[in-house]
Amino acid sequence: MKEQEKESLFSPQNLKLITDPIGKKNPITVLVLGICSALAVTVQMKPAIVMALSVMVVLAFSNVTISLIRKLIPTRIRIIVQLTVISFMVIIVDQILKAYAYDVSKQLSVFVGLIITNCIIMGRLEAFALGNTPWKSFLDGIGNAAGYGLILVIVSFFRELLGSGTIMGYPVFEKLGLYSIGYENNGMMILPPMALITLGVIIWIHRSRNKDLIEKQ
Amino acid sequence: MNKESNSYTFFFTVVMIVIVALGLSVTAITLKPVQQHNKELEKKVNILQSINLNPTFEEADKEFNKYIVKTLLVKKDGSYTEGNGLDLNLKEELNKPDDQRVLPLFIAQVNGKKYYIIPLYGKGLWGPIWGFISLEEDMNTVYGVSFGHKSETPGLGAKIVTEEFRNQFKGKKIFDENGNFTSILVEKNLKQLDAHQVDAISGATATSKGVENMLESVLSHYINFIKQHKNDLA
Repeated sequence: MKEQEKESLFSPQNLKLITDPIGKKNPITVLVLGICSALAVTVQMKPAIVMALSVMVVLAFSNVTISLIRKLIPTRIRIIVQLTVISFMVIIVDQILKAYAYDVSKQLSVFVGLIITNCIIMGRLEAFALGNTPWKSFLDGIGNAAGYGLILVIVSFFRELLGSGTIMGYPVFEKLGLYSIGYENNGMMILPPMALITLGVIIWIHRSRNKDLIEKQ
Repeated sequence: MNKESNSYTFFFTVVMIVIVALGLSVTAITLKPVQQHNKELEKKVNILQSINLNPTFEEADKEFNKYIVKTLLVKKDGSYTEGNGLDLNLKEELNKPDDQRVLPLFIAQVNGKKYYIIPLYGKGLWGPIWGFISLEEDMNTVYGVSFGHKSETPGLGAKIVTEEFRNQFKGKKIFDENGNFTSILVEKNLKQLDAHQVDAISGATATSKGVENMLESVLSHYINFIKQHKNDLA
């Protein structure tokens, strides 16, 4: 115990809590958690980024909260306690978005509320925050949300670029003059199935570069 | 203390609920004014969109004050008073009996021309739909519309907000040659559309019919007003 307390805030083990979920233990591409929202909010980059940030806030703070009260929570009702904490955070985020980022909150509409059901959050609370200190839980939350956000941003980048010809609303293809030589946007990219396929391609690339992720038969 | 006992569990739950409830109430109350202001701005943007302007959120207040010159509160019998139409709750008004209902009419002046803007409210497939329709000086020809919805199906019913659907309304008429009220019908599978019809959204019959019903039920409130005042207001 003594040694653990002396461990510095940004020790290699702690930093691994952030870097692991971005790469090798990515919640979306490796654990395939939380893909429902990854399909829904990735038509454009702006809502995807806001969604990623919202999930980060919710995950980090519910992780900390659960970790702080982990010794007080009766085991029998721990899932309900986790849900209450998550809902509490999500409603606050939703209210803040409605007040200060109204147009984005309209685009995200029900999906902000659905952060509550995002499996990544519940999964991290149950698997990590219940057994670790607040600081570590905080880092774990940031890391996992960053891993989730990274995939969201990649998927939305390709969907927005190929589907609408823009990046963050900036008309890239128009400026490049692609339309005048007969290029047309691919309407398919805007539809949910293409998010699934884009995600599949990312998982494919991820696995082929990390051989240890491939199950042995 | 035994963490797994019933009394502890009960105690824990109660304390947690009180804290959460307090936290949420405080957030909701402190943020309410800002959220209300956003809703009002959105309304103003939608009103201006119906006369084919496209202000940003930040410009909404300024543009609204610039173009909207007068707001009337109209009764079914055709009488009216001047007043603030923005705060009127359309849903409540539409539920009232005919003779007690008061609906707003916004009068806009753009480049010397007058437009009459009527707010709409009705039922879509999953939830409420709303919008604004603007009429030209003859109070018959549609100048523009804007629609909004709470939860219509994305890609189907939600398409009522697209320009493609909205542009169809331009130039349509809500009265026929004899001056009878016809409203505007949202029809399926018609090859030829007359001056009172627009094309429905394929795959979204319920929402399209919702738009039709909304136009019919709200516009009919203004029939007497339009017949009595179309010459003296212009």
